[in-house]
Amino acid sequence: MLQRPFLNRMSPWREMERARREMNRLFAGWPTGFWRNVTPSYPAMNVWTNEDGAVVTAELPGVSPEDIDISVVNDTLTLKGCRQPRELEEGESYHRRERGCGRFSRILQLPFQIEVEGIEATFEKGVLRISLPRAEADKPKKIVVKTA
Amino acid sequence: MANEQELQVQETEKREVEVDVERTRDRVAFVPHTDIYETDQEIIVVTDMPGVDAESVDITLEKNVLTINGYVEPMELEGYTLAYAEYRVGDYQRRFSLSNEIDQEKIEAKIKDGVLFLHLPQVGPTTRKIAVQAL
Repeated sequence: MLQRPFLNRMSPWREMERARREMNRLFAGWPTGFWRNVTPSYPAMNVWTNEDGAVVTAELPGVSPEDIDISVVNDTLTLKGCRQPRELEEGESYHRRERGCGRFSRILQLPFQIEVEGIEATFEKGVLRISLPRAEADKPKKIVVKTA
Repeated sequence: MANEQELQVQETEKREVEVDVERTRDRVAFVPHTDIYETDQEIIVVTDMPGVDAESVDITLEKNVLTINGYVEPMELEGYTLAYAEYRVGDYQRRFSLSNEIDQEKIEAKIKDGVLFLHLPQVGPTTRKIAVQAL
């Protein structure tokens, strides 16, 4: 009985430790790779596919289209660019700075050869969209079974 | 290139809005990354809202609380399926309480490449220097 007050005093810590363990256990099987890349890099990309090719989208707010450099070799897309910082004007001071700036580069390998001629890229409202058609030679061939 | 700094991902990852009041729109909302600058005359708010244009942004200033809402339609590509996703698409929502009086009539807002620039002119001098006289 004498020990009880002591135990009570300890219990918040014990409770926190228990909660922490519980959180770790819960998030252990979380599919982090789905929304987040294993090695996170900028910009985040979404890839849409069908049998004729893929569309890659990326959010690049505040990046001028002339600062975006897209190159494609075989099945690999390289996206490079720079997000220019906003220069402080005279008499200005800042309260808050959350928007990152700087160079970025991203390499994405697709599961097919890309038809370089058909690539299209648009940049609208800060969202980049690149259409990457699949090379004709790379498309699966349909084999007609002849009846003898 | 003048700017050799590498863009960090931690700075750009999307953070969901935590609200005490539930949203009516059945869509996830993110906290847009924002820079805030101040000069003697104005407060400048720069907010990243990719996917938002002049028609889909809503800015209100009430009792010194600035509310920015950006509405983004979820992207659907006909004939395509989303095979791999690293980011989510949703609305943007953020509130700031401003300490100074703002001239409501002269607020200017423009949006370019998914970035909102908000100029909020301040009423009267914001900093008063007090001269100390030597006796």
